[in-house]
Amino acid sequence: MGLGAYVAVSAALFALGIVAILVRRNVIYVLMGIEMILNAANINFVAFDRFNQSAGGGGGLEGRMFAIFVIILAAAEAAVALAIVLNVFHLFNSVKPSEADLLRE
Amino acid sequence: MHFLDFNPKQDFHLLFLSFVLPLVGYTIQIFFGKKLPRRGDWMLTGFMFVSMCITVLMFAKSLWAAYHGQEFRHHSGLEADLWFHWLYSSDAAAAGTSNVSAAIYYDALGAAMYAVVGVVSFCVHLFSIGYMAQDKRYHIFFANISLFTFAMLGLVLSDNILFLFIFWELMGLMSYLLIGHFSHDPSQKFFHRWATQACKKAFLTTRVGDTCLLIGMVIFYQHFGTFNFGELWRLAQEEVARNGGEYPTWMTVAGLFVFGGTVGKSAQFPLHVWLPDAMAGPTPVSAMIHAATMVAAGVFLLGRTYPLMSPEVLSIVAATGTFTALFAASIGTTANDLKAVLAWSTISQLGFMVAAVGLGGVVAGMFHMVTHAFFKACLFLSAGSVIHGCHHEQDMRNMGGVRKYMPVTFACMLASTIAIAGIPFFSGFYSKDMIILRAWENVLGGHFDGASFFAAVALPVAACLTAFYMFRLIFMTFFGEYRPGTVPSPFAHHGGHDEHGHEEHGHADHGHAAHDHGGHAHGGHDDHGHDHGHAKHAPVVHAHAAKAHDAHGHDAHAHGGHDEHAKPHESPLPMLIALCVLATLGVFGGHFWLADIGHSLAFWEHAHTWFETSVSLKSLYGASAPVDRVLLGHAGHTAHIVALSVSLTVASLGILIAYLIYGRGWERSQRIAGKITGALGDLYDVVKNKYYVDEAIGCAIVVDVDAKGNKRYQPDASVIGGSVSLGLALNWVDKNIVDGLVNLVGRTGRSIGVVSSHFDRVVVDGAVNGVGLVTQTFGSVVRLVQSGRIQQYATFAVFGGLMLAAWLILL
Repeated sequence: MGLGAYVAVSAALFALGIVAILVRRNVIYVLMGIEMILNAANINFVAFDRFNQSAGGGGGLEGRMFAIFVIILAAAEAAVALAIVLNVFHLFNSVKPSEADLLRE
Repeated sequence: MHFLDFNPKQDFHLLFLSFVLPLVGYTIQIFFGKKLPRRGDWMLTGFMFVSMCITVLMFAKSLWAAYHGQEFRHHSGLEADLWFHWLYSSDAAAAGTSNVSAAIYYDALGAAMYAVVGVVSFCVHLFSIGYMAQDKRYHIFFANISLFTFAMLGLVLSDNILFLFIFWELMGLMSYLLIGHFSHDPSQKFFHRWATQACKKAFLTTRVGDTCLLIGMVIFYQHFGTFNFGELWRLAQEEVARNGGEYPTWMTVAGLFVFGGTVGKSAQFPLHVWLPDAMAGPTPVSAMIHAATMVAAGVFLLGRTYPLMSPEVLSIVAATGTFTALFAASIGTTANDLKAVLAWSTISQLGFMVAAVGLGGVVAGMFHMVTHAFFKACLFLSAGSVIHGCHHEQDMRNMGGVRKYMPVTFACMLASTIAIAGIPFFSGFYSKDMIILRAWENVLGGHFDGASFFAAVALPVAACLTAFYMFRLIFMTFFGEYRPGTVPSPFAHHGGHDEHGHEEHGHADHGHAAHDHGGHAHGGHDDHGHDHGHAKHAPVVHAHAAKAHDAHGHDAHAHGGHDEHAKPHESPLPMLIALCVLATLGVFGGHFWLADIGHSLAFWEHAHTWFETSVSLKSLYGASAPVDRVLLGHAGHTAHIVALSVSLTVASLGILIAYLIYGRGWERSQRIAGKITGALGDLYDVVKNKYYVDEAIGCAIVVDVDAKGNKRYQPDASVIGGSVSLGLALNWVDKNIVDGLVNLVGRTGRSIGVVSSHFDRVVVDGAVNGVGLVTQTFGSVVRLVQSGRIQQYATFAVFGGLMLAAWLILL
């Protein structure tokens, strides 16, 4: 199974994440969409790292390390985002992103 | 150096300070007056006190200089290089062409006037604290009298006629504002209307004189190229010398124009009509502006411009002054309004001063100006005190017996009356005697002309009338029984005093406070409630105050002591202090001149020195002094004796007649006066109606003459208009030519306007609206994007990213 498959999975995951962000009517799903995008990126990092090594391009850990950083970042982001969601719920009494339209002002 | 020696370095600054302090006070007062404690009255009075102290100190310096036989003429520009450069350019200064630079000029004449203004103004400030206490525009009143004082002090200090004129006009403005003080107060039912008319009349009438002064000033400037008094005197003397000792005709013309200013400001015939109506102002204003200082400024101007006056001008000055003195004194004998008597008396006394200057007696005129300022200010303030005490009654027929209720006021007024009547050892005697002496010196001393002869005969008659009407005033006001309501009067119970009491403070508080303060006995409190107690006063008092009682009937009877209102009460302390100061000066203000008749008592010798060195023509005008035309040989002694006996005779005669008619009971006085007026017939009516001068001016100049009877109290439905025939012609020209032109211009303008308006509406507005519309449309489209929905934003971002990617990949 070549690199293309990994990249394809990653691309699909990214596309699904984007769609989730754009169309879901619940902010929780939007967050999940963001997680999916981040993980799509992770797949890419790890896949490219792996295939770079097997192609004899050097023995660095950069790709994997980046993936770990992204996971940590995603955890932090999730915590902050959930707090924001809670506040949005307090403010609008709803978790629909379409109703939080104060940016229009 | 003795501290009384004039020290240019320091004293000019002191003088400047004393003159600027009232302006500083005014500025503070006009912005913060309402918020200051007691609405700023003590602040301004305090400032004025400082100014007064400086003016008196400076006057003392002039005395000191004279005592040591030094000349006293000081000019801040020449001695201390203190100039106020105005309309000044250094190029012009280098080229020696005209520049206007002002400086302080302080000589014996200025010193005397300056001290008079300082003292009188301070006394008036002090007096106003009591007199105006109930006034609604109290702080404005104080601001205005302070600014007036500033103007008057500035006028005295001016070293050039232009600045004198500027301050002169400022005084005219303040006079206008202060005469019209009550015009803003509709609760002053009677004064409200009168003041509104009177201030306009005063302003416009004096404007006639002021325009003359301006013209005369400009003629002198045209020829001499300077406004400075010292320069003018010198150049005038040179001009006369060049002309072979004769004054050129243009100087006579210019001199007459300058004298026109005096005629307006000092209320000389025929521009005297404004002064009696100026009595519509508050009494302190009448005392300061329309008796002591501003009207005397006209005489002061004559003193300053005396060397510029040709003998022809001086003859006219003398004749005008003498005529005014006699004319106004005769009217004064018929007036019944307390303040009107004093107003006519002022006009008459100003006539004396003007006549004195015209007769060549500048010193006598200035001397009378000083003494008159004190005793007339005192008379006016005393009259104010009486009016205040009698609840704003001004008609003497409704007074009588006031001396029992107001002893201090009575004493002050009597002292001043004796002074003005010309009894020896009181100041007015010396000054008036000096004027009459001057007239007789002219007649006996070889300078016999018509004006001098007229003055020598008419001035003693005027002096006799003065003594008569002043004692008539004293007898009518202060002697006999108190008789309120004898004749209907528009004054009573319309004053701020009573009305404000009801409206603002509540009757009980105010009424009682005022009475306690005045130290007046309240016998009536106990009697209150007893019907017969009321009945005693009731028929007369209540009948004539019926209106007031209807309006406030409830209050009036609820609080008791109201009947006490009907009796006069003595005035509060600040007013009495002011009165006493002025009365003292009114009595003793003339004794510096005593030497002139008192001869060689050691003390008077010094006074004589001051008189000789300080206020002779020579010392007033220096080397530019005109030659005194009177050549006194033996005649001088005769003149002294004649003048002395004449003035003594006329004064005692006037007082005697006044006593015979008015001094022996009210009923009898009415009977005798009735007989006399009956005998005089139409003549009396002519005098009583002020010789119909108002009406004559009305017919000649004014179209709208008020035909109603009671002129005195409706002074001016008849003031402004245009000469009937000239007016009609002018009217035609105005309507057909001027209006035609105006209309043509108007129509052209209008047509241009229409085109312009169309252009404006279509093109300019179109462009503006178009820009607006485009923006709006664009905005409404772009607005749709700004939905505030983050998902939509994210969509845009994604599509943008995709497009970017497509661009990178495909191209």
